[in-house]
Amino acid sequence: MTTQASEAQDTLVFYQVEEEHHAEHSGGSTLLGFWIYLMSDALIFAALFATFGVLNSSFAGGPGPRELFDLNLVAMNTALLLVSALTCGLAMISLQAGKLGAVRLWLVVTALLGAGFVGIELHEFRHLIAEGATPQRSGYLSAFFTLVGTHGLHVTFGIVWIAVMLVQLGQRGLHADNQRRLLTLSMFWHFLDVIWIGVFTFVYLLGVVR
Amino acid sequence: MSMNDPALTHAIFGRLSLESFPIHEPILLWTFAAVVLLGVGLVAAVTYFRLWGYLWREWFTSVDHKKIGIMYIILGIVMLLRGFSDALMMRLQQAMAFGGNEGYLNAHHYDQIFTAHGTIMIFFVAIPLIVGLVNFVMPLQIGARDVAFPFLNSLSLWLTVAGAILVMISLFVGEFSRAGWLNYVPVANIQNSPDTGPDYYLWALQIAGVGTTLSAINMVTTIIKMRAPGMTMMKMPVFTWTALCSNVLAIAIFPVLTATFVMLMLDRYIGSNFFTNDLGGNPMMYWNLVWVWGHPEVYVLVLPVFGIFSEVTSTFCGKRLFGYSSMVYATVVIMILSYLVWLHHFFTMGSGASVNSFFGIATMVISIPTGAKIFNWLFTMYRGQIRFELPMMWVVAFMITFVVGGMTGVLLAVPPADFVLHNSLFLVAHFHNVIIGGVVFGLFAGMYYWFPKAFGFRLDPFWGKVTFWGWVIGYWVAWTPIYIVGLMGTTRRVRHFDDPSLQIWFVIAGIGALIILVGILGFVIQIAVSIKNRHALRDVTGDPWNGRTLEWSTTSPPPFYNFAFTPIVHDLDSWYEMKSRGAQKPTAGFRPIHMPRNTGAGVVISALALVLGFAMVWYMWWLAILSSVALLVVTIAHTFNYHRDYHVSADEVAHIERLAEGA
Repeated sequence: MTTQASEAQDTLVFYQVEEEHHAEHSGGSTLLGFWIYLMSDALIFAALFATFGVLNSSFAGGPGPRELFDLNLVAMNTALLLVSALTCGLAMISLQAGKLGAVRLWLVVTALLGAGFVGIELHEFRHLIAEGATPQRSGYLSAFFTLVGTHGLHVTFGIVWIAVMLVQLGQRGLHADNQRRLLTLSMFWHFLDVIWIGVFTFVYLLGVVR
Repeated sequence: MSMNDPALTHAIFGRLSLESFPIHEPILLWTFAAVVLLGVGLVAAVTYFRLWGYLWREWFTSVDHKKIGIMYIILGIVMLLRGFSDALMMRLQQAMAFGGNEGYLNAHHYDQIFTAHGTIMIFFVAIPLIVGLVNFVMPLQIGARDVAFPFLNSLSLWLTVAGAILVMISLFVGEFSRAGWLNYVPVANIQNSPDTGPDYYLWALQIAGVGTTLSAINMVTTIIKMRAPGMTMMKMPVFTWTALCSNVLAIAIFPVLTATFVMLMLDRYIGSNFFTNDLGGNPMMYWNLVWVWGHPEVYVLVLPVFGIFSEVTSTFCGKRLFGYSSMVYATVVIMILSYLVWLHHFFTMGSGASVNSFFGIATMVISIPTGAKIFNWLFTMYRGQIRFELPMMWVVAFMITFVVGGMTGVLLAVPPADFVLHNSLFLVAHFHNVIIGGVVFGLFAGMYYWFPKAFGFRLDPFWGKVTFWGWVIGYWVAWTPIYIVGLMGTTRRVRHFDDPSLQIWFVIAGIGALIILVGILGFVIQIAVSIKNRHALRDVTGDPWNGRTLEWSTTSPPPFYNFAFTPIVHDLDSWYEMKSRGAQKPTAGFRPIHMPRNTGAGVVISALALVLGFAMVWYMWWLAILSSVALLVVTIAHTFNYHRDYHVSADEVAHIERLAEGA
């Protein structure tokens, strides 16, 4: 960095005459901003978890977790999502290695696993509703459907994002913007995993154990 | 099938029908006529002067943080006129409606007015004005050329505008909520309010709330990542510090509000049981959740205002701010404590003595860092060369007024006292005392202080004094009687009184409101007069107040890239130091500057969000689906735009800088 001294007789420099490389337009801000967004999203889930905690036993004479949940199904769902975190990580490793084909392949696998997760969740919801355990039935079920459904919506959104990303990778390959987007996409996907661990533990496991 | 088929019209228009328009309400009809006339006049004028292209290219699609800031402030001022009209209507009603006199508003209408007043004043006046000032000032103060996410900034603005428009539509199409400014259940539950009111409220605030959250993320990232070289955290101007804390707090609370409103929407749209009185619902949970947002929100608004007072006091006393680091720590402590006091809004809920004591004490503790701030300002003034220009006058008015509001706040924080004063007019007087005496006075100080920076000319001082005295005297005349009747036990949100001995207080309060009206009109006249006399009021120095921070180091108005050469910071009051050491701006050797491109995507996405909100309020399902799909498509399409920035050539920078020098 070359700089120019001010006209005063001191050594302090007050203006940057030659521009440094623009930090503000590189990925740094985006990654930080996306982290902050994820924290704000985590707070949405915090509010939903708190609500679920308050309405945890508000069955209003309706069914509770023991009658409702099939843990085998939930275990399968959890496995799908956790494996998708692994494949998402593999996509990021391929990104670092600059292998476009592998990135796209692992993204497709991740999206398919995510779709499997959403499919099983929808199946579970349909089954519950058919049994009369609708979101309208009790405060507990309202909180259950909203918390789990909000997570499911996030996964759905992640799948749409992957689809868009695949098109953009096809158009421009590992363009700098695409690399940055892939990094945020992977942060988003892992965030969904973390939330799911909470849902799995507090809603399903503790629900059935209680 | 003819158009008279009810099933068909219902499928198309949902529950919207001719009865939804208030043709039987003369007050609304006249207001509607006036608004339409004004609107048509405005559109005609813009068309006549061929300004649409200019407005679209230079303003609506702009991603320049300064223009976005100015548009936020214009939105805030326009909505202030609406919110204040509601206030005048309430004051008139309460001054009239005693004994046999029912006043001129029925209960149904009155309830909508106090709800709209609070909602508008907080969400569409205070927030846009604060966000606008932060947007305009903060990047200049930290020596940045824009914010971290310029497009997101534009989107945030237009989402806020869309929310404001939805609230305004509710004035003439259907009804607004009658459930108080936080849309309380059980009144806002579907069986108690089957009308459109709470839906308008929820959709308007969800749309605007997304904008506010995105804006907060943007500002925090900007402050952390984009400060000029040398500006460490403890060399940041106090306003930037308060903006940082305010926006961190906003990120911590707005998601909670969004989640809460989603749950109330689900209750109202699909019949879930979060906040209902039966089937396991819990209405008090709504109160807890909205106040987890609501109390910190007060500090989201007031912290940046404390920053404004700090900048103004230091500048107009010609001194470095007394106790800079204590000011920073006080701000951070207030930010943290504000998250731990929400329950004091309903001590009467019955959570028990220990819980109430915790929240009562936490509330009282906030007065310690706040008191420290007051003393810091006082000690800055002590032995300073105080110049009583308009911004400084507001600081003094603030200190006197706000301290009283703070003390009544501590009084209300004592749970046994609160059991007596809960939901009384004493409480209403308290929060108007801190919000008018704190936030509004501070916003005026800020607008007067930075106006010359934004437009290159000062505001007319005579009309500024009219505004000042109108507001300050008006505030005290309007709210002292309300404190008194509140202490006597008068409750809030009451449309008609039986005790004739109270009437005199409400008449005095009404007169106070009229004095505030003088202040508001004075402000509008001041802007008009100042624009007319702008050549006489012109400031060519860029530094009319002998400022101390970096925003005064560039020209007024600043070029769109803010700084041709990024400043380097060595000291806290960096511009003051640059001036005292005789630092000279380089006049040659300009470099190309990297800037973001304008985009209309923010306007389009927000317009679609507005359509979605309107369709959902009126149950027009086809339109809701259509606008949701369009929203998704436009958002995705926007991500295919890879040409978001460009370089301003060195020659162009040199040209602009030379023009500014010559001016």
